Amino acid sequence: MAQITMTQALNLAIDEAMAEDAGVFCLGEDVSAKQGGGVFKVTSGLTEKYGEHRIRATPISETAIIGAAVGAALAGQRPIAEIMLMNFVGVCMDQIVNHAAKLRFMSGGQTPCPMVIRTTTGVGVGFGGQHSDMLEAWFAHVAGIHVVTPSNAADARGLMRASIDANDPVIFIENILCYGLKSEDPGPGYRVPLGKAAIAREGTDISLITYGRTVLDALAVADDLAKEGISVEVIDLRTIAPYDEATVLASVRKTGRAITLHEAVRPFGTGAEIAANIQEKCWDSLKGPVRRIGGTFSAVPFASHLEQAWIPQKSDMIAQIKASVGKV
Amino acid sequence: MAQIDRDKLLDIYTRTMKVNRTDEKFRELLMGGKVAVMYYCVRGQELVSAAAMAALEKEDYVVCTYRGQGEQTAKGIPMEKWWGECLGKATGTCKGKGGTMHITDPDTGIMVTTGVVGSGLPIANGLAMASQNNGDGRVTLVSFGDGAANIGGFHEAMNMAQLYKLPVIFLCQNNRYGEHTAYADHTDSPNIATRAAGYGMKGVTVDGNDVHQIYPAMQEAVARARAGEGPTLVEAMCYRMMGHFFGADFSYMPPEHIAEMKAEDPLPKLRKVMLEHQFTEEELDAIVADINAQIDAAVEHALNAPLPDTDEIYKDVLEETA
Ligand SMILES: Cc1ncc(C[n+]2csc(CCOP(=O)(O)OP(=O)(O)O)c2C)c(N)n1
Repeated sequence: MAQITMTQALNLAIDEAMAEDAGVFCLGEDVSAKQGGGVFKVTSGLTEKYGEHRIRATPISETAIIGAAVGAALAGQRPIAEIMLMNFVGVCMDQIVNHAAKLRFMSGGQTPCPMVIRTTTGVGVGFGGQHSDMLEAWFAHVAGIHVVTPSNAADARGLMRASIDANDPVIFIENILCYGLKSEDPGPGYRVPLGKAAIAREGTDISLITYGRTVLDALAVADDLAKEGISVEVIDLRTIAPYDEATVLASVRKTGRAITLHEAVRPFGTGAEIAANIQEKCWDSLKGPVRRIGGTFSAVPFASHLEQAWIPQKSDMIAQIKASVGKV
Repeated sequence: MAQIDRDKLLDIYTRTMKVNRTDEKFRELLMGGKVAVMYYCVRGQELVSAAAMAALEKEDYVVCTYRGQGEQTAKGIPMEKWWGECLGKATGTCKGKGGTMHITDPDTGIMVTTGVVGSGLPIANGLAMASQNNGDGRVTLVSFGDGAANIGGFHEAMNMAQLYKLPVIFLCQNNRYGEHTAYADHTDSPNIATRAAGYGMKGVTVDGNDVHQIYPAMQEAVARARAGEGPTLVEAMCYRMMGHFFGADFSYMPPEHIAEMKAEDPLPKLRKVMLEHQFTEEELDAIVADINAQIDAAVEHALNAPLPDTDEIYKDVLEETA
């Protein structure tokens, strides 16, 4: 089977969905062929196939982009709106939080809002403070939205198809550093259901719950610790909200220990919610406190060594896992 | 003066009085302590929404604001459902989960009622974009106030609509106030419609108290949108004859201004036009009496309707998948 990058995986999923359903269309800044098929090339080649109405290049107007997606969704279409970088969602929060997320509920179920908001972010590319934040917690805190992020190309393909299928808004977060990752192509029609986590690696001593790019770190750490006889179970949430609570709790009941890990800053992060939920529901099985690892509580710095130091460190993951399992 | 045929005049009159009687009834219920909910009066603006809705077809889309009673009732939301929603009942358009500020009734084309100032414009573009994509010929109208014209989303939406030639109508009901702030204290240009030129869009300012101005302007905007000629910004000058919401203090509104408002009241003006067109006092009164009876029955129905089940708070959050 062929290998595909995450960029190709996303492109294939969108292409497939557009071919199958005339109501699927993309809109966003620079997305069409004239502008180069998107800043990260995810929509490249699609204008040639579907025309400029279905790959709509927009003005730099985030509120208008998301508002248009909301309106089109209310009218029964399935828009895929791109917000070039996740920090810019601040510009259109009203449309996402007050409208996309709530119109199904406030209308008593009459106007679902099936739309995907694709956005990208990530620490480690030298973009500095206003272009690097993982802001998933903002959306996880609002009822009525799915928050999704893939950690590998195959999942990206399957999660994107499932997100386009979903009858509710989905925030789809693509980590810049993951675009080049390759997986075996799962092929056409592949779907990864929303709300289902993957056990990325089985283990028995501790559950490491994470998503997105930090899954790679978690797997690397688990490999290292296996050599020392510590068996780490890595859970890739894939859908951050609403997340697969059953898989998380079952894993923690099995291992008796848990750590949450994300690139977003630690305070008030999604890891805090998951950790609190584990303490409430798995208290009897826990052999120690649930720990949390997250990004440094500051803006993402520019200088490369500072930026690298900002990211959750593998050494810290190893130290915390060892402390948890009692092998310091 | 543009000619409006008798049937259309009758249609506009009926819609206008429906809006007006609904407004009066709501205030009566609030004053009598029968209900206690947020209600944004539309006294003085009845004709604008009635004429706008009369220019649309049933399947056209509308996006409005908390002050959307006029659009909602004039577009034709069944009265029992409308009152049910305003009173938070299970029989309401949204099962009591939307309320006065968030009324949705897709059957009538009322797709969104938003409580966030100015946020309806970008959404209206999307509805219009869907119509443009699938060629269904529908027009979308979004109604908003003069205050909303200063929100960023207004400008983004105007530019985008003109860029794509969307079948959308931006209806600014310039009622001279944004909450407590008078027009001149929030905007230093004589009107809003001139902004359209900045986007290459057609913009018109009309007297929203004069049926011979507001209706033809709406008709023309609808025709342009339907013909694929793009959006129009219609600014209807009108007056908000009451405070921002029912019960709100409006001491900041100068008494001489209120007197001036009364002289411009669209209702006596419309009645005069009707009489000029050989409708009789009796005919017009009978229409109002009929509307009153319908409203009374709808209110009675809503007052006696069941409350939504408490379970509803868990429903319609996301699609329920078994
Ligand atoms: C974004 C936003 N800011 C502030 C408010 C509070 N608010 C509610 S109504 C209103 C005045 C709006 O005036 P205008 O747009 O002229 O509409 P009108 O009430 O006159 O119909 C304000 C400031 C709000 N709802 N949304």
